[in-house]
Amino acid sequence: MRSSAPSIRAAAPGVQAAKRSRAPLALKIAAGASLLFLHLPLLFVVLYAFTTEERSYQFPPPGLTLKWFAVAWGRPDVWRALTLSLQVAAVATAIALVLGTLAAGALARTRFFGREAVSLLIILPIALPGIITGIALRSAYSLVEIPFSFWTIVIGHATFCVVVVHNNAVARLRRLSPSIIEASYDLGADSLQTFRYVVLPNLGTALLAGGMLAFALSFDEVIVTTFTAGQQATLPIWMLNELIRPRQRPVTNVVAVIVIALTVLPILAAYYLTREEGPSAGRM
Amino acid sequence: MTALALDLPLPREGLSRRFSDALYARRGLLLTLLLVPPLLWLGVVYVGSLVALLLQSFFSIDEFSGTIVREFTLKTYAELLAPANLDVILRTILIAACVTLASGVLAFPVAYYAARYARGRLKAAFYLAVMMPLWSSYLVKVYAWKLLLAREGAVAWTAERVGATPAVDALLALPVIGGPSLSVSYLGQFLVFIYLWLPFMILPIQAALERVPGSLIEASADLGAAPGQTFRTVILPLAMPGLAAGSIFTFSLTLGDYILPQIIGPSTLLIGQTVYVLQGTAGNIPLAAAFAVVPIVVMALYLTAAKRLGAFDAF
Amino acid sequence: MSVHAPRPQAAAAAHPLASPRDCAVGFSGVARHFGAVRAVDGVDLEVRAGEFFAMLGPSGSGKTTCLRLIAGFEQPDAGEIRIFGEPVAGIPPYRRAVNTVFQDYALFPHLDVIGNVAYGLRIRGVARAERERLAREALALVKLVGFDHRRPAQLSGGQRQRVALARALVNRPKVLLLDEPLGALDLKLREEMQVELKSLQRALGLTFVFVTHDQGEALSMSDRVAVFDHGRIVQVGTPEEVYERPRNRFVAAFVGGSNVLEPDAAARFGGPPRVASLRPEAIAVRPPGEPAGEGRVALDGTCLEVQYQGASRRVIADCAGLRLAALVPAASLRDLRPGEPLRLSWSPASLHPMEDER
Repeated sequence: MRSSAPSIRAAAPGVQAAKRSRAPLALKIAAGASLLFLHLPLLFVVLYAFTTEERSYQFPPPGLTLKWFAVAWGRPDVWRALTLSLQVAAVATAIALVLGTLAAGALARTRFFGREAVSLLIILPIALPGIITGIALRSAYSLVEIPFSFWTIVIGHATFCVVVVHNNAVARLRRLSPSIIEASYDLGADSLQTFRYVVLPNLGTALLAGGMLAFALSFDEVIVTTFTAGQQATLPIWMLNELIRPRQRPVTNVVAVIVIALTVLPILAAYYLTREEGPSAGRM
Repeated sequence: MTALALDLPLPREGLSRRFSDALYARRGLLLTLLLVPPLLWLGVVYVGSLVALLLQSFFSIDEFSGTIVREFTLKTYAELLAPANLDVILRTILIAACVTLASGVLAFPVAYYAARYARGRLKAAFYLAVMMPLWSSYLVKVYAWKLLLAREGAVAWTAERVGATPAVDALLALPVIGGPSLSVSYLGQFLVFIYLWLPFMILPIQAALERVPGSLIEASADLGAAPGQTFRTVILPLAMPGLAAGSIFTFSLTLGDYILPQIIGPSTLLIGQTVYVLQGTAGNIPLAAAFAVVPIVVMALYLTAAKRLGAFDAF
Repeated sequence: MSVHAPRPQAAAAAHPLASPRDCAVGFSGVARHFGAVRAVDGVDLEVRAGEFFAMLGPSGSGKTTCLRLIAGFEQPDAGEIRIFGEPVAGIPPYRRAVNTVFQDYALFPHLDVIGNVAYGLRIRGVARAERERLAREALALVKLVGFDHRRPAQLSGGQRQRVALARALVNRPKVLLLDEPLGALDLKLREEMQVELKSLQRALGLTFVFVTHDQGEALSMSDRVAVFDHGRIVQVGTPEEVYERPRNRFVAAFVGGSNVLEPDAAARFGGPPRVASLRPEAIAVRPPGEPAGEGRVALDGTCLEVQYQGASRRVIADCAGLRLAALVPAASLRDLRPGEPLRLSWSPASLHPMEDER
């Protein structure tokens, strides 16, 4: 039986000519311009790390030099701040890895009463503006009369890093066929053996990615940290102080370049590790 | 394979096996064990802090000694209604709204292109190109704009080269949003806010657009709609959930930001700065807490409205 | 009340624990509910040692749940399960001498073929050289040689299936469970694997419990078949028993697509006044008016449809309100078109009376 519905394509010949695969030029330009807008400022920062001009932000830079890298290398306050940042990030990431994986194990596939509430709770530290988290922690420390220390910073960082690890772990766990865990039991492995020989190897790169993202997040966190650090200075806090009261501008630029490098690399690595999971994996 | 007797060694008994047996015997034990540590941490540390925040907002500060009086009172909230404070709140909300609208407009072309026309490697490149700035250091980004917007900086230099200086000056001459230079004007602040939150707006819109089946657009064209009509009646409504989701980010992030306004913009304070200043040297944590509750309330209202618009349907 | 009434194949089924050594798997009053859904609703079952036992039924009939109950992935809400006489209540899967071939094969993506097959041995602490030797032996048994170091993602569906089979067999399980293992394969591969599985089972002498919704598969491979419907077993028997002498309408229709005659129609054609099944291949299609032959029932009607099935034709006819399907060799049918009159005939012995309960 031949279809008797007449085609109405004849009514709009011009539209039919516009194939889906070719985007209008205006769109391409607009998209490109927005992307350029996103990336150009960071390139400028890198440029300024090499400028010879010390007292202002003159553009174009009068000359280029590497000396500021050496100067920054010699500044003890930069090193102190950098060390503190690295230590905080390392410990916070470790805590987040444990808590995030446990939570992911619970939430990935099991349905239970209150599951959505738990999901919300995990995401809340990063969903609410940093200032809320910051002042909330500050209020708590003041209420319970805990003095500022390394641990007050770490507690704050670990709390919002959990969600990053958790999301990566959940995305990976959902991609795993659930029957491989049953298969492992079937073949004689108990729960811990199954975790060690089947779950962990398959989860490995997702945890690595989550850990790196958590590290990057913690490393350049400043909004919550200013509320929980007291007199201590992590590298971002050091930068913030320099921004408000500059000492040696080019040194700040050098530090900015270091921060860019130390956060770009983990993020790229995390992206390549979780490519197959799709866009949702690397998300906060 | 001929001998079928179980001549293979049995696995070793041990603590691990007995623990697994216990897990098998009690359904739900595993779930409990998995959930308790993270819930304990988040419950005590995070929820506990939020409760502490709320508590503090109901305390007040003794004007003479400067210490916190731990007695329930609404006095601190009443202080929010003082004209100076109310000013801060309204100003912040207005800026947040403007930033949200502008980000939406700027984000749409990128999101649309990435969702509809980019394929394979180009799509991955786009994704990376948006993710990288999102994850880059907030402070470095703000700093970058301080460099760019300085009077001797790149933006002024480019404007001069292109002959756009009179246009920039005209903009700066506008009341309220203008100022002596871009880096101390609302205009500059507005620009940098958009820069900071743009990736947060692009990604949800892109996700929403990707969920629109291409066949819908083709059907619309097939039925005789011009591209502009298709955009208005088919694409835009379907992208709304993404726009709403992105707007949640931009709105909420602007409401609470206290660092950018310190570095770029006029000297008037926004909510975030007020909170920061109050809890710092002033030690007026109750008032800081009260101020901090304002964004929470505003966002709760905004989220309810956004939910009605369907921002959460996609998730 | 007729002598014909088949009593439940009782002696064996009445007490599943009758002869423990011969009974590989025994279910006694087993039930499993998921909320309001009664997935398994009072099942008694006995799988004999060394037999190829099929559990057949449509989706949701409870057969897969029964399999999972044997493996230990589910625990019964009521009743008792025994494996070779030993009750398995509360015994986790890793302590049962039972192995499963999963429907989606469940191969470990991070291990290569040898690693997958040797997994069970590794858990038991068998030394590396020895377990790889045993693994290769198992792979040779399932005819998958030379793929040792490939990853599952690099294998085809049929190859993955063989790996899953080898992985289960290498542990020398007492009972091998197969959950619709051939579902994802194309027809030719499926037929090939059916033959191989059957010969493997016979060679090894293991007990195979095989779940499928494909009645052709169940009939061709198994020693005995249990037909499931809505969580219960409606009939257990050899393929011949289940096909030729279905117990009720469900079995008649599900296994082989038989014609089901209501009691009054059955009585009209010389049978007892009970629901009866009439196999399509028992019906001959002749031109109208042609004598049917001695003792045979003849019925005139109109052809509704002729379905081409290669070497045979399935003719659907309407005979005064009665709709019947006949399966005849293509050669015997001359030029029959829908709308034309025809005559159906069959021997009264082909009418098999059944029980009229669900």
